[in-house]
Amino acid sequence: MRQMFDSTVERLFADLASPAAVLACEDGPWPQAMWTAVEESGFPLALAPEALGGAGASWADVCGVIRLAGRFNLPLPLPEAMLANWLLGAAGLAPASGAVTVAGAGALRLRDGVVSGEALDVPWGDAVPLVVAVTGGAEPAVVLLPTGAASRREGANVAAESRATLLFEGVAPVAQAPLPAGWPADVLLLGGAMVRAAQIAGALEGVLALATAYAGERVQFGKPIGSFQAIQHQVAVLAEHAAAAVMASEAAFAAADTRIVRLQAIAAKICASEAAGIGAGVAHAVHGAIGFTHEHSLHLSTRRLWSWRSEFGSASAWSQRLGRAVCAAGPEGFWPGVTDGRFDTLQEQRA
Amino acid sequence: MSIDQFTYSPIPPEAEAIRAEVRGFLADALADVPPTRRAESWMGFDARFSRRLGERGWIGMALPKRYGGADASAFSRYVVIEELLAAGAPVSAHWFADRQSGPQILHYGSDAQKDFHLPAICRGEQFFCIGMSEPNSGSDLASIKSSARRAGDKWIVNGQKVWTTNAHRSHYMIALLRTDPDSRRNEGLSQFIVDLSLPGITIRPIKDLTGASHFNEVFFDDVALDAGALVGTEGQGWAQVTAELAFERSGPERFLSSITLLQSLVGAIGTDPDALQARDIGRLTARLVTLRQMSLAVTAQLAAGRNPAWEASVVKELGTTFEQDIPELAEALLDVAPATRGGGEHARVLAYLMQEAPSFSLRGGTREILRGIIARGLGMR
Repeated sequence: MRQMFDSTVERLFADLASPAAVLACEDGPWPQAMWTAVEESGFPLALAPEALGGAGASWADVCGVIRLAGRFNLPLPLPEAMLANWLLGAAGLAPASGAVTVAGAGALRLRDGVVSGEALDVPWGDAVPLVVAVTGGAEPAVVLLPTGAASRREGANVAAESRATLLFEGVAPVAQAPLPAGWPADVLLLGGAMVRAAQIAGALEGVLALATAYAGERVQFGKPIGSFQAIQHQVAVLAEHAAAAVMASEAAFAAADTRIVRLQAIAAKICASEAAGIGAGVAHAVHGAIGFTHEHSLHLSTRRLWSWRSEFGSASAWSQRLGRAVCAAGPEGFWPGVTDGRFDTLQEQRA
Repeated sequence: MSIDQFTYSPIPPEAEAIRAEVRGFLADALADVPPTRRAESWMGFDARFSRRLGERGWIGMALPKRYGGADASAFSRYVVIEELLAAGAPVSAHWFADRQSGPQILHYGSDAQKDFHLPAICRGEQFFCIGMSEPNSGSDLASIKSSARRAGDKWIVNGQKVWTTNAHRSHYMIALLRTDPDSRRNEGLSQFIVDLSLPGITIRPIKDLTGASHFNEVFFDDVALDAGALVGTEGQGWAQVTAELAFERSGPERFLSSITLLQSLVGAIGTDPDALQARDIGRLTARLVTLRQMSLAVTAQLAAGRNPAWEASVVKELGTTFEQDIPELAEALLDVAPATRGGGEHARVLAYLMQEAPSFSLRGGTREILRGIIARGLGMR
């Protein structure tokens, strides 16, 4: 399944998301035609159960798909839609028809059958008709909400990707179900962190390829700059961190069975976010001034790296939560926590 | 080279099943060992402890049963060695034989070498050191000059090795020597098992900056080796050495050298960390979780018979950076001065690892050499 998925989306994204097409989306309208092509591929439904019309794929099957979405700077909420439909399926709800996104942060409450409150930094929340969220309180619920019923405040990340704040006042969900028993109320924040880690890993693979190629082409002092040890060592550092981001993401996706494994997902986001800053810095250093131009496509990846590392929890935010749980476990609990893949108080902490 | 070789390689349940037994044994065996001793990590030497591990079947366990091993999987061995390292067990005596010399002899050695050495390695009775670096050949290993010349049915060895960890308390050295006097660089090199009790061998410990002696200079003055001391094929020493580097560079000892300090730091900070402490402890934990996955991915590659030299270099570079960051962060996160005498346990563990840390990115291939290997794998060299 994995190989078939990867080769299919690689061809699809290569067709759809050329650097020119990505750039055109940054200030343009919602790219409906591009979304339709992605929707026809079936991937937004990949993680929804077969019984509800999805493909029943596992997180492990789609890590490559999301890495490739990152590598091609796909200007669509495909990772968000996959996460949204996975959660709907887990709650026994049918996948959303059409484009759908997720709310990872904010405070929503469900009372008397209607939802009120704020959803923060919703990817493409001003363009996509539906959003999946988890409401707070003693009985958290998975809700599918119409974004059109919210008052929307525009926003955008460094890569000019839409990140809207949605204010709901007594809006009836399109669908709703209790959050599966024992699931954490921040599951969308956690899932969002995990998919951003994989997108970062893919984008780092992309900038590594660009930097390696450019270092082989650009001639100074009579030879390609890639023959200078100073450049070689910088690119080696970029490759190390790209490898770490890939490994951390792959491990998190593979470990996520029916549920996301919290420690793995958090470790992936922390390591990928750290790698993002280091990798973007090296890629720009290698490319010199040309990589700083709007014309060169490097910035399509680096501006996303600078965005994605902060979204669904920054490295610092997750590190603090993890660090508090590690300290609570104490020195004797440290190594068993690493080998068991869990720290007890990490499970309970709320955003 | 490929980043895609870093695939998720979980420890299989049958290997994971050993963990509790190892942990229980170590809790008992190391009950009286203080953190300052545990901090020595895989430089801690205790021949009796090694023999106890041998009795348990935890040395050379991936070697075939007919040679005293357990035919265990690479993952079973991984569980054992990471538990030993995490507990700060004194594993140095048998470490190099278990990691490197045993597999090397199994792969390239003669039947006589296998029969003589492997069972004794598994029992924790034969200790090995690795003779590679020379006074003028450190990172530039291919420039070594120490030689072995044929004389009748003997090999006569002359020259000098340096920075040889444990030479002064090992029984054998696997030495890389020049067997073709007219050869250049990495041609004409061969590997030998050198009995360190032979006449003509002088071993002088070199004190490191902490005052401890782990490494040595070793002089060979017309040392006569039997023909059977040659390992593998004459002239193929470079290829054989290169093949073992992936074993040497990807294991958990490349990121767990400071684990005792990290545990001590968590204890010293306590259960109510401030924001900076929580952030840095969390970040270190995340890096450890990821490094472990990367190391396991290379283990899976090695078990499948591949030579993941590039991937191993990535693990070692990131891993040694991690274990060097720990003393720096420990110093930054708590207002506790490192102490070599007096002070608390944490202050002494900090003092020890702060001083040891520079060696982490020197031993087994420097940071610069590793980055060169990584760049070559990317097609830049």
